[in-house]
Amino acid sequence: MAAYVLRRLISAIAVMAMVGIFVFLLLRLAAGDPAAVIGGDTATEEMIAGIREQLGLNDPLPVQFVRWALSVLGGDLGTSIFARQPVLELILQRLEPTISLSILTITLSVTVGVSFGILAAWRTGGLADRMLTAFATLGFSVPVFVVGFFMIYWFAIRTGLLPVQGYRPIEHSLKPWLVHLILPTVTLSVPYIAYIARIARASVLEVLSEDYMRTAAAKGASSYSMLFHHALKNAGAPILTVIGLSFAGLISGVVITETVFNIPGVGRLVVDAVNNRDYPVIQGVLLLGSGLYVLINLVVDLSYTLVDPRIRY
Amino acid sequence: MLMRDSIGDDVLLDVRDLETHFYGEESVTRALGGISFQVKKGETVGVVGESGCGKSVTALSILRLLPKLNAKTVGGEVRFQGRDLLQLSDREMRQIRGDQIAMIFQDPMTSLNPVYTVGRQIAEAVQIHTNASRSDAMAKAKEMLRLVRMADPERRVNSYPHEMSGGMRQRAMIAMALACSPELLIADEPTTALDVTIQAQILRLIVDLKERTGTAVMLITHDLGVVAETCQRVIVMYAGRIVEQATVTDLFARPAHPYTQGLMRSVPDRRRGRQRRLPEIPGIVPSLREPIVGCSFAPRCPFATGICSEQTPILHDVEPGHAAACWRAEEVVGA
Amino acid sequence: MILSAPVEYVPAGRLRIADLSRLAKRHPLVAVGGGLLALLIVLAFAAPLYAGDPLNMDPFARLQPPSAGVWFGSDNLGRDVFARTVFGARISLIVGLTSAAGAALGGLLIGIIAGYVRSFDNIIMRVMDALMSIPTILLAIALISLTGPGIAILIVAITIVQLPSVTRLVRSVALSVRERPYVEAAVCGGARLPKVLWRHILPSTIPALMVQCAIVCAEAILIEAGLSFLGIGVPPEIPSWGNMISSSRLYLSIAPLTVFAPGICLAVTVLAVNLLGDGLRDLFDPRAKRRR
Repeated sequence: MAAYVLRRLISAIAVMAMVGIFVFLLLRLAAGDPAAVIGGDTATEEMIAGIREQLGLNDPLPVQFVRWALSVLGGDLGTSIFARQPVLELILQRLEPTISLSILTITLSVTVGVSFGILAAWRTGGLADRMLTAFATLGFSVPVFVVGFFMIYWFAIRTGLLPVQGYRPIEHSLKPWLVHLILPTVTLSVPYIAYIARIARASVLEVLSEDYMRTAAAKGASSYSMLFHHALKNAGAPILTVIGLSFAGLISGVVITETVFNIPGVGRLVVDAVNNRDYPVIQGVLLLGSGLYVLINLVVDLSYTLVDPRIRY
Repeated sequence: MLMRDSIGDDVLLDVRDLETHFYGEESVTRALGGISFQVKKGETVGVVGESGCGKSVTALSILRLLPKLNAKTVGGEVRFQGRDLLQLSDREMRQIRGDQIAMIFQDPMTSLNPVYTVGRQIAEAVQIHTNASRSDAMAKAKEMLRLVRMADPERRVNSYPHEMSGGMRQRAMIAMALACSPELLIADEPTTALDVTIQAQILRLIVDLKERTGTAVMLITHDLGVVAETCQRVIVMYAGRIVEQATVTDLFARPAHPYTQGLMRSVPDRRRGRQRRLPEIPGIVPSLREPIVGCSFAPRCPFATGICSEQTPILHDVEPGHAAACWRAEEVVGA
Repeated sequence: MILSAPVEYVPAGRLRIADLSRLAKRHPLVAVGGGLLALLIVLAFAAPLYAGDPLNMDPFARLQPPSAGVWFGSDNLGRDVFARTVFGARISLIVGLTSAAGAALGGLLIGIIAGYVRSFDNIIMRVMDALMSIPTILLAIALISLTGPGIAILIVAITIVQLPSVTRLVRSVALSVRERPYVEAAVCGGARLPKVLWRHILPSTIPALMVQCAIVCAEAILIEAGLSFLGIGVPPEIPSWGNMISSSRLYLSIAPLTVFAPGICLAVTVLAVNLLGDGLRDLFDPRAKRRR
C-alpha cells in the first residue's frame, strides 16, 4: 500500500513537472521578452536591459526554469501585467464564485446522475431507461452555452422566475447566492448528469447480473437495498473514476458558464487575461487547474480501497 | 422405510403443474413443461438430471427469482404451507425468501457479495426478517459460523469472501441460508464447484444440520451418488419434465424409466474399477424451443415403440410411492 | 438485436443501393447520423448557391423578426442570420473534421510507436498524461495565446488537445495486438519494424479509431464553438456559430432566434456526429450495444 502511494505520488509529481515545463516555455514563446512587457511602451533600451539583468533573464533557460519553478512552489505565481497585482491574489479573489458553482454542480450531477443511472439499469428498456438514452444523447450534443441561453430565455426572460445573470457573494446572504446560482448549476450539470448516468447505468447493469445479486434476492432483500447497497457498492469503482475524471476537468465548463451568466470567477479571469494578453495570469490558472486535476486523480485512485476491499496495492 | 400418505398435514411444499417459459428473440423455450411434486416436512428430496433439464429453473420458479427480463412462470401453483407463492405480492414473497425458504447456490465464489464481510451478509439475512439490532445480528452470524463448523469464527466473521477458500465460502452460504431457521432449504448443486474432498464435507454438513434443525431439503444435483448418500426421495427430470419419482431405495433397486437406467449405468462404480468404458446415453437432449410430440426421451430410448413418439406419457404409479412417465414402465422395471 | 449477424462489409468497388439499405436497417444510427452529417456538409458547402451575403450589414434593418426575406431575422448589425448560420456551418465542419483527422493521424502514429517500440512508450505516455492533465479549454486557450485568434492555430490547438485520448486508445490496442501469435510469427519471420506496424498492427486499430474519431470530431466542434463564444476562437469577422451567439447574446430577449438558430444548428451537427459514433460502435462491437 505504502509503495503504491509512493509510486502514484512520484508519477503525479512527474506529470506536474512536465506541465510546469510546458507552461514555462509557453510563457517564453508567447510573451516574447518579459522585460519589454514589464517595462511597458515607454521603456528605453537601457531600462529594459536593467530589468533583464534584475530578473536574471540573461541566464541559461534551464537555470531560469528552476528559479521560476522554485518561486512557484513557494506560492509566487508572478505578477499580473494588466492588474499589477500578484497572480495568486487575483485568483484567490475570484475563487469564491468558481468554487460555489463547482461544488453545487458536483452535488447536483452526482446525485441526479447516479440515481438516474441506477433507475435506468433497474428497469432496462423502461421509461427511465429510454429517457436516459434520449437525455444522454442530447446532453452530449448540446453545448453548455446553448443550454445556458435556453435556460436564461425560459426561466429568466420569459417567466422571470430567476435572475438572468450575475453573482451574489455567499457571505452577504444565502438566498440570493443560491438563486443566482440555480441556472448556472443546472446548465453546467447537464453534460455531467448525462455522462455519470450513462456510466452508472452500465456498471450497475453489469453488477445486476452477478450471482451475489440473486443471493441477496434469495435472502429477501428489498429492491432498494439490493440496488443501493449490494449493486451500488460494487459498481462504485468505475463510477468513482468517471466522477473524478470529469470533475478534474470541470474548469473548462466553468469558464464558459461563467461567461454566459456573467459570474466574476476564475473562468472570467482567464478569458479576460487572454484578451489582455496577461500571460502570468493565464500561466497561473493553467498551473492551478492542472494541479487540481492531478490531485483529484490521485485521490480517486487511492480511494478505490475504500470502495472495494478486493483492491490491495 | 414407510411411505406416508401423499396428501396430509405434513406436506410442506406442493408444486402443481408448474410451467416456466424463457423468451428469446424469436422463440419461446419451455423450460418447465408442467411439473408436480411434493416435499414433506423435514424430508430430503433429491432432484436429478442433466444440465438444462430444468432443475435449477424449478428452484428459481419456486422462489420467484427467475430473471425478470426473459423468463416467466406461466402456469401452475406453488403451495407452501397452504399458500400459493405465485399469487403473493412482491412484499409477501420477500418475507418468505430467506426466512421460510432459503437457497444455497452452486458457485460460492460468485454468490457472495465481494464488498461486504461474510458476517455482515449473514447478519443482513437476520436483520431483514427479525428486528434484531446490528450487534445482535452479528452475534447471530458468529453463532451460525460456529454451527457450520467454520474454523476461527471470531475472525472469519469479519473476513471478506475473497479472503476465504471455496469450501469456507460455501459454509458461509449455508450459515446465511440457515440463519433464520427456514422450513425448506433449496440447495442448487451446492458441491459442484468444490474440490472432491471438500464436497463430501459440505454434504455431510448439510445432512447433519438438517438432522439437527428439522429443515426440509431440496437437493438439486446431477450426481446420483450424492442422492444415494443424502436423500430419502428422488425426482428425476428430463427435458423440463419429471420422468420418475421414488424413494431412494426403490429407485436404485428398480428404476422404472429408461432414462434413469441410462443415468445409473453412466455412474462410475468403484467396485468395477476401470475395466471398461462407461456407457453413455446415445443421442442428444431435444430442443425445448419446439413443441415435443410424444415422449421427449423417445429418440434416445432403447425401449421406444410407436406410441412413444405419438403420445406424451403421464406420470403414473408403477408401485405404491414409485411413479414413472413411461409407456413401458412396467416392462422397463423388469429389464 | 442481441445476437446480431456477423458484420457485413459492403463489397469493395461497387456500392449498391441494396447494400446501403441493408446497412441502414441493421444499423439505423449509422444511417441517421451519417445521412444527417452528409446533408449538413452539402448544405454548408453549397451555401453561396442559395443563401445571401453573410457579411452584408444593413443599419436600417437591425434585429428584424423572421420574414420571407430574412428567414431567421437579422442581427444587431442588420446581417441576415440565416445566411450567417449557413456559412457558419462551414467553419464548424472544417475545424471539426480537420482537427479530428489531425488528431486521428497524429494519435495513430504516436500511439502505434508507443505501443510497439517500448523504449519510447514511457516518455510518450508521460507527455500525454501532462497534456491530459491540463483542462481542455485552458490548454486550447494557452496554445491560442501563442499567436492570437485564427483558424489555423485553432485547428492546431484542438488537434493537440485531442491527441492524448487517441494516442492512449491506439496504444492500448497496439499493446494487445503485439502479443498475438501472428505478430510474433511475422517478427520471427524476419519482417522489419515498419512492415510489422503497417501490415499487422495498424489494421486492428482501425475500428476503435473510427469510433474515437467520431467522438473527437464532436468534441472538436464543441471546443471550436466554445472558444469562439469566449471570443478567442475564430476571428470575429468570420461568421461562425460561436461568434454569432457571442455577439447576439445581449439581444436574447428581443431577438432570441439570433442566438438559438446557430445554437440549434450546432447541437444538431454534434448530434449527427455522436449518433454516427454510437452507430459505428454497435457495428464494430455488437455486444456493447446491450451494455450501453
